[in-house]
This record gives sequence, C-alpha cells and structure tokens, in this order.
Amino acid sequence: MIRTALLVAGKDLRIEVRSRVLLWQVLPFGVIALLLCGLALGPAHAGSSSAGPGLYYLVTLLVTLLMINRSQIVERAPGTKSSIATLGLDPAGVFLGKSLALAVELWLTGLVLLAGAVLVLHTGLHGALIALPSIVVTLGALAAAGTLYGALTAGGETSATLLPVLALPAFAPLLIAGERSFYDALHGGELLGWWVIVVVALVAYVAMGILLYGVLDE
Amino acid sequence: MMAKQLLSRLLGPVTLVLLALTIWLGLWVTPQDKIQGNLVRLVYVHPSVAWVALYVSFGTATIASVLYLWKRTRSMVMDRVAYCAMEVSVVFITLTLITGSIWGRPTWGVWWAWDARLTSTAILGVLALGYLALRRANDDPVLRARRSAVFAILAAINVPIIHFSVDWWKTLHQGATVFGPDRSIKIHGLMALTLFISFIGFTMLFFWILRARYRLEVRRELASSVTLDEALDARRREGALQ
Repeated sequence: MIRTALLVAGKDLRIEVRSRVLLWQVLPFGVIALLLCGLALGPAHAGSSSAGPGLYYLVTLLVTLLMINRSQIVERAPGTKSSIATLGLDPAGVFLGKSLALAVELWLTGLVLLAGAVLVLHTGLHGALIALPSIVVTLGALAAAGTLYGALTAGGETSATLLPVLALPAFAPLLIAGERSFYDALHGGELLGWWVIVVVALVAYVAMGILLYGVLDE
Repeated sequence: MMAKQLLSRLLGPVTLVLLALTIWLGLWVTPQDKIQGNLVRLVYVHPSVAWVALYVSFGTATIASVLYLWKRTRSMVMDRVAYCAMEVSVVFITLTLITGSIWGRPTWGVWWAWDARLTSTAILGVLALGYLALRRANDDPVLRARRSAVFAILAAINVPIIHFSVDWWKTLHQGATVFGPDRSIKIHGLMALTLFISFIGFTMLFFWILRARYRLEVRRELASSVTLDEALDARRREGALQ
C-alpha cells in the first residue's frame, strides 16, 4: 500500500512539475483572491489581525477546490483508468498517494499564501509561525477529504460545479477549527482543543478514504 | 404476511391519531411555562422534528447506504431507501431550522444566530441537498448508487458534531432539555407525556412518508423503464416495416 502510495504521489507531482499549472495558475489565483479579500474589507479592516486567519483559510479553501479538480483531471487522460485497473494497484494506496500529492501541493500553496497574509493582511509573523503546525495538519486533512470528494464527483459533465456543493459544507468544520487555531496562535489562546478536532478529522478522512476509495474506483 | 399488511395499513391512521393527540395536548391541555408562556408549546414540535431530521431519517439513509456498500446486502432496494430517506430528511431539516427560528426570534431576539448547533444543522441541510444534486448528476444507476452511498456516509460525520455541539462549544442553544445529568426527567409529567407522544408521532410520520415515497420511486422507475421498452419496440416495428 505504501509503495503504491509513493508511486502515485510521485506520478501526480511529476505531472504537476512538468505542467506548472500550480505555479502559473493556482498560485496567482490564490494571491489575487487574497488581495480581493483585502479590498472587499477595505483598508481600515484588512490590516486587523482578527480578519487575517479567516480570510487566509477562505482563500485556501478556494485554492483547494481548484487543486482537487486538477488532481482529478490528471486521471482523465486516455488510458489512465484502464492502466491502473490492469496493474491491479491497491485502491487504498492510490487514495493515499493522491492525497499525499495534493497535500504537498497544498502545503506549498499554503506557505505562499501565509507569506501573503503576513504581508497584505498584517497577520503577525510570530503568530503565523506558531500556527504553522496546525496549518500543516489542517491542509493534510483537506487533502484527504478533497481526494475523496474529487473521486465522488469525477468524470461527469457537472463535476466542476458539483464539487464545491459537496465539498464546501464538509470542509466547514475544518475551516472553523483551522481558523480558530490560527487565531489563538496569534492571540496566545488555548490551541489544544482545535488541534484535537483537526487531528481527528485527518484520521477520520484518511480512514474513510482507505475504506471507501476502492468502491468509488470500481 | 397478514400482520405485516395490517401494520402497513395501520401506520397512517395511527400516525394521524398521535399527531392529533399531540396538537390537542400541546395546545389545550398542557400548561403554559412560567417564564416562556405559550412559546413553550413549540417544544412539542421542534425537538421531535429535529429528532426525525438528524437521527431517524439521516440515520436511515446512512444505514441503507452502508448496507448498499456491503456486498452481502447490496441491492437497489437499499439505494432507493437511502435516496427516499434523504429526501424526507431535507424536508425535516428545513422544518427543524424554521421551527427553531420561530422560537429563536422572541427568545434570542434574532431569527438566526451563529450558534454551533444551528450552523452545523444548516450544514447538514446543505449536505443533504448535495446528496440529491449528486444523484441528479449521475445517469448510470450503479455508479449513482455507489457514489451516493459513499457521500451519505461521509455526510453522516456531521451528525455527532451536531449532537455534541452544545457540549463542545458555548452555545445559545440549550443543552439536554428533557433529561438531567442523572437521567431523571426534568419536565412536568403531562408535558413529558405530550413530548413523548410527539416523538412517536413524528417518527411514525417519517416512516409513513418514506413508505409512500419509496412506492412512488418504484413506480417512477417502472414507468421510465416501460417507456424505454415501448420506445424500443416502436423503433423495432418501424425497422421491420421498412
């Protein structure tokens, strides 16, 4: 399972490095969205550190949706599905591999957006560094959940519009927990409770993915 | 078989009697609350509707989905049950939010509060709508059944979050109303009885609607397949004439 996961993750990441969609399309979209959030709030409120964590996670969620779609489009190339079926790859390994690749991409994007939040939204650098571990775990959970929801909506003509409808409500608890832990990191609050929620969500989505991805991939 | 038919026939009338009894006891017989006055009468509707929305209907949809995915019990019957239960769940979640809102306006001063219980229930409603959207997006019955079943199980993660939200977060929504921490009943005997009848009545209402919706779904599938067969026959006859 681990070997399959590493193989699939390597394949997805290689495709991403060669196509450079993450670099030239997804990251600029994230930065623009962050700037638009600041403009929507106005200069007086955009610089307040209370809005920063929420806006950071909102933009991250939008970017995540793009990346989930991207992760599924990669599988649509002619022969990909049949090759996986012929090779007899373990579906749990495929799920873990795709989640890992998506998580790596999200971590990179998350770091750039965090730097953007520090610069544009005046989110404190020290607090942002304290929040970094919780951001890593939250984005990992988003990647696992996103891979599952991506597989649920894959293939159809309406997949691009259906994905946000299904995934965003499911991401809401992660958004709340991530935002709260980031906010508490900035303001010296109690981090443990939110950490527990994020870690439980990560474990739950990984377990669900291992169990159910095969059914979706049949 | 006879007993099953009798139960099936009695489901509707018994449901109506229980709901009528709830209305009579709730509106005329039970006393007003010392602080809330007549507003307390919503307690005979809102918790029962919420019980059906979150646990009975969503639970039925989730269990049917699990049974569909389990190879031993996999059948389109389970898929149909899950679909129909989820559809009824959307109605009951909407009713839960509406009745809660009606209670919230005079009590909290607002129709909607960003409260953990309210927000998580609204999210469940959107997830249930998402389930219906997912079904409409897939034409292949097997693919549709499989994907919907997985989504129903994923969406069910929200139910324990809603249940424990009043314990995990500081919420406007009150915690356990009927039972105290020591499991003793905290409300007046007649009120407790009315509430109990209301719970049974609304639960039976769910099963009554589910049964009717299931029959309708079977007929709809049958009608669409007959139409297709008829169309194919007509085409074949056309081909034979040429």
